[in-house]
Amino acid sequence: MQNSTQIQLEFPTVMGQPFEKLPEDLFIPPNALEICLETFSGPMDLLLYLIKKENINILELDVSKITDQYIEYIELMDVLQFELAAEYLVMAATLAEIKSRMMLPQEIYDEEEEDPKSALINRLQEYQRFKTASENIAILPRVDRDFFTASAGLPQLKIHKEEIFITKDELSAIFQEIQSRPVLTSNHQIDFEELSTQERIQIILAILSKRNIVSFSKTLRKSEGRPGVVVTFLASLELAKEGHVELIQNKTNEIYLKSRKGVAN
Amino acid sequence: MNTRIINTVEALLFGAGRPLRLSEIRSLLDSDGINAELSDIKQVINILEERHDGSSLEVVEVASGFRLQIKETYSPSLTHLWNERAPRISKALMETISIIAYKQPVTRGDIEDIRGVSVSTQGIRSLLERNWIKVSGFKDVPGRPALYTTTKEFLDDLNIKSLSSLPELPEPVRLEDNELFSKVI
Repeated sequence: MQNSTQIQLEFPTVMGQPFEKLPEDLFIPPNALEICLETFSGPMDLLLYLIKKENINILELDVSKITDQYIEYIELMDVLQFELAAEYLVMAATLAEIKSRMMLPQEIYDEEEEDPKSALINRLQEYQRFKTASENIAILPRVDRDFFTASAGLPQLKIHKEEIFITKDELSAIFQEIQSRPVLTSNHQIDFEELSTQERIQIILAILSKRNIVSFSKTLRKSEGRPGVVVTFLASLELAKEGHVELIQNKTNEIYLKSRKGVAN
Repeated sequence: MNTRIINTVEALLFGAGRPLRLSEIRSLLDSDGINAELSDIKQVINILEERHDGSSLEVVEVASGFRLQIKETYSPSLTHLWNERAPRISKALMETISIIAYKQPVTRGDIEDIRGVSVSTQGIRSLLERNWIKVSGFKDVPGRPALYTTTKEFLDDLNIKSLSSLPELPEPVRLEDNELFSKVI
């Protein structure tokens, strides 16, 4: 006796009656709405369910009645769920359109227009593929549901924490001592010697007057670092532009500076 | 293979609480002063597999690497350990994640086209929070909608190594079924 009461308790009740079975057709009591929304993931799912049941034929279905039902649902729905109801209505409208077309003689509608019925069938087919796939994925073993990962408690990690003991008087004494320290520091600015392109041109020309050809790296001073490279490179470009030198780069990365006078000679 | 490497690798897998890649294990061993090649570590993994043969544990390779798991046989016993079970995933959310898994990268619009119902922001967010999906980019169409793809963690949580291990996507229904559709609609 107690057993049967328990079973009954598992079903939600609609108007005092236990709601044990999903409705056989589209006419769903408004109070059962939430149950249906949870059971069906959308109008496509609902439609597939009805098709599977096979005992429904849309030609015999009173579409206007369904529409009325859906409007009742919407009125019951709170704002959050409104969107979902709209899609159920769109589906009802699509079905109504299909039904009305089927009642018309074939020639009346334009052949080139997409047939809403075949479009719906295509959508249902595509939907069914993913619905099946999702059911397959849902039954795959899932972490923390079907299987569990193993881990072990970490050993106590040794962290050395040095504790500092200090009294407020000591703290105050230290602070005063710091404040009373004579100021022995002062600021002074260090200017970097500017690297001059003009000067570098003179240096390169001086080298070339003796050697005719020199590699770029030989014209550098390592101590000048990157700015030195830039200035030397600018100097080389300037000389090349003026026609004093020729810049040659062979397959190696090295650039050579060749005196143009040398070419003339 | 010396016991120290084997035990260290086992300790790492136990302590990590997440999958570890071979290369990750190698660099962890390296900072511990143990030099090992990837092939050595793979061998260690094999030894660990054998070691746990008669125990309740197993070493499993998933998308993000290797991890220690409790053999599925013992899962029923473990479910009683926690009052809260793993959060149930709704049918709708399962459909959404499946569409992302098989058709990635997809926009929310792509998912809605197939499902025939709008996909809630909350649903997408819960998948993002679960680290099952991520935004991989934005589609170059007006509105620049986000493109979603599944993550390695999604595969890890399903105990699989790659997307190709997912069940095959069913073919569209055959003609006979199609006729069934036509008849009913």
